[in-house]
Amino acid sequence: MKRIITSFLLICFIYFSPNYDVRAYSSDPEKFISEIIEEAKLILNSQASKQEKAEKLSLIAINTVDVKGIGYYTLGKKRKEINNDEKKKYEVLFEKYFLKSFTSRLTDYSDPKISVIEAEKVNEKYTIVKSMLLKTDKKPEVKIDWRVYTKNPEKPLIRDLIIEGLSLARTQKEEFASILSTNNNDINALFIKLEEFINK
Amino acid sequence: MVLKPLKNFIYVTALLLFCSSSSIAEEKYTANECFEKLSRGTLKFNMALDNAIFKPVAKGYRALPVPIRKGSSNFVENLRSLLTFSNNLLQGDVKGATNTAGRFAINTTVGILGIFDPATKMGFDKKSREDFGQTLGVWGADTGCYFVLPILGPTTARDAVGMVGNVFLDPVYQVTHNTETDMVVGNDNLQEHNYYYYKGTDAVDFRSKNIESIESLQNNSIDFYASVKSLYLQNRAQKIANSPISNKNQDDSDWEEIDNQ
Repeated sequence: MKRIITSFLLICFIYFSPNYDVRAYSSDPEKFISEIIEEAKLILNSQASKQEKAEKLSLIAINTVDVKGIGYYTLGKKRKEINNDEKKKYEVLFEKYFLKSFTSRLTDYSDPKISVIEAEKVNEKYTIVKSMLLKTDKKPEVKIDWRVYTKNPEKPLIRDLIIEGLSLARTQKEEFASILSTNNNDINALFIKLEEFINK
Repeated sequence: MVLKPLKNFIYVTALLLFCSSSSIAEEKYTANECFEKLSRGTLKFNMALDNAIFKPVAKGYRALPVPIRKGSSNFVENLRSLLTFSNNLLQGDVKGATNTAGRFAINTTVGILGIFDPATKMGFDKKSREDFGQTLGVWGADTGCYFVLPILGPTTARDAVGMVGNVFLDPVYQVTHNTETDMVVGNDNLQEHNYYYYKGTDAVDFRSKNIESIESLQNNSIDFYASVKSLYLQNRAQKIANSPISNKNQDDSDWEEIDNQ
């Protein structure tokens, strides 16, 4: 009996825990992106508060975006110069920064209408899924390409978002490089900037 | 009178091309700074000016009924296509030039001076704008260093030369600034100030379409100046190549290193 109760409590804990999502996404890159878009649309169209929406969107991002990989890509060559403690600190800060930046960009949209157009397999590692944010009375249509990493075909991961041909990962990389170069290549300057952004 | 500046401009362009060692295939996404401190200050000044004047005007413009905004946008776009046409030709892009000329002819006539866009429905696709900075890029001129101009915004040495070139190549500028044409046509509508109305409307139209995206960039950047620079250079590179980044062979050496760690 004790074992049954323990198992039940464990299942409840897993199911209701906000940090654990059992949602499985399709391994087909085009369907994978469509599913993410649909899930995000439901959240953005819901009556939930901005904070709740941000938390739910963060969960999607953690499961579908290669946050750690993007973090190291963004750091550029500096990643080879920092020690293990700095790497750990950077990983934690970058994830917080990324999720805040990602969700804040998305929560500005209510009822976004995005249609997935097609997928183009670049090579074994990458597929570009092309989509379009449809125009409204106020905004023109926007082309959004999702660069999906497919090295593990069972678990695709998003590595970049290319909006109207402009890569977000590249922009972020150059932003970080600029902060480092204007601060004598000191990683602590970048940490301070990230902390300021997270806490604002 | 026009010949002397034109001569100087041709010398500068020739020098730029002579000094250049790059080619279109090597178009870069980065550029050295010309004078970063000054550029950062200029960007701040531009953003203050934007907050005080351009953004409120753009918001007001956005409050206009959709048909008026769309009509103005189409009208301006149609005039702007004349500069695109000149550059299509200079780039040797005959297909592009034919498309641009076809669009202009249809939209100016059937589309009532460009207010409507029947050309798209008739199979003449709307293509991206071309300017002389892009043409110099296609000819192989190096990007040069990056800086920010007051009011006009981010640019590079090559694109700054391109801006001057646009003046000589833009038929709208030539017609509105040539007093002889006014006398021949006998039409006050071709006076200089109309050129600035046209450029102003174009700027306000662009700003009104990007209110949220610029706001989002400001709110989510930890170094706004670097973000603007990166986006500007990426945008120029893909316009010169006439190909979006995602379709090009990206340099994935960083990613490969990360994957192999």
